Amino acid sequence: MLITVNDEQKECSPGTSIADLLENLGIDKRYVAVERNHKIIPRTQFSEIQLLESDNLEIVTFVGGG
Amino acid sequence: MIQELSRYAQQVLFKPIGIDNQKTLMKSYAIVIGCGALGSVSSSYLARAGIGHIRIIDRDFIEESNLQRQILFDEDDMRNNLPKAIVAQKKLKTINSHINIEGIVTDVNHTNIEDLVHGADIILDGTDNFETRFLLNDVCVKKSIPWIYAACLGSKGLTMNIVPSTTPCLRCVFESLPKTGTFPTCNTAGIIGPIASVIASIQVTEAFKILIKDFKSLNKTLFEIDVWDTKFKQIDVGELRSENNCQTCRLNKYEFLEAKDGVLTTLLCGKNAIQVTYRNAGDTNIAQLAQRLRSTLDVSCNEFMLRFTVNGFGFTVFPDGRAIITGTDDKNTAKSLYAKYLGM
Repeated sequence: MLITVNDEQKECSPGTSIADLLENLGIDKRYVAVERNHKIIPRTQFSEIQLLESDNLEIVTFVGGG
Repeated sequence: MIQELSRYAQQVLFKPIGIDNQKTLMKSYAIVIGCGALGSVSSSYLARAGIGHIRIIDRDFIEESNLQRQILFDEDDMRNNLPKAIVAQKKLKTINSHINIEGIVTDVNHTNIEDLVHGADIILDGTDNFETRFLLNDVCVKKSIPWIYAACLGSKGLTMNIVPSTTPCLRCVFESLPKTGTFPTCNTAGIIGPIASVIASIQVTEAFKILIKDFKSLNKTLFEIDVWDTKFKQIDVGELRSENNCQTCRLNKYEFLEAKDGVLTTLLCGKNAIQVTYRNAGDTNIAQLAQRLRSTLDVSCNEFMLRFTVNGFGFTVFPDGRAIITGTDDKNTAKSLYAKYLGM
């Protein structure tokens, strides 16, 4: 199925959780904020929530420079 | 007062500010922690806007590679080996002589942060590392001081307002401290100047709103912008305050503030250098230390620092007892070098 991650279309298999997606993308879940269809997802729910066709995800990664 | 207000005429004309709020700004106390690319811009706008008391804290000295983006500094400052906080204080005083500006040259850490931020109405993040930001989050939640996270790298920047008891804190959003070397830094990924100006400008605008208590207009999102791709995102993080069982603002555990270690080491962003701070160092007499070391080493110094090189390791020692040791990225090596040449 197709989902959108940070404005890019990606293929992912049904049953993929947000935690799985982050792992596939090589992103550590402790350092990101994730919004799914314009709603923030608490990190305690990353493993529970399974992605659906056409989901739109925005992932913001922690930045430390300045 | 009337004469002073006239210099802010255009800012006062801006409806959400007006005369009463301008007077509030003139009585406010803001602290800028870190005076690099972000702090250069934020402290300049705070001073020009007439914030009555501004404290600028930074541990570093001006280097050539700073000039590309740290807009308060120039080549003379670099040649004279001057500390950023002192130069910022001096330059901002020439911009606005009616306000109180203090530059403090020190490393902000768990041993001194509570004293340094005492009495602040707001704190603006201009730091260059994750650790100091978590520490800042701890102290601000504990003492109920609003602070504004701001960070940038490459062409991308992030900012978020943290108003204790009202918004989520930094740890509600980002759970823990990234391990050393796992994230890109300004030294590995680079940075262009304009992103720092954009992020610091948003940060200062939010600071005005917090200082005049215009909470309705406050940005309640985690804001990300990429000036190269010309894209931005705003993620409403409000719900995280109740959803995540935050160590800091829900359980009141201040892990970074209550660090027990007497010796602190910080790997400096991509520089093959470690900063060592010793909790009980007290004030170091640079002249006396220079005299002691000169019997065996080639030492150069001015009133702000002392430098020497030994076995390929470069030492820069500051009056607050802190040392930056180059030639190693191993914290234990740095600690033992500190102990060996400077004592603990």
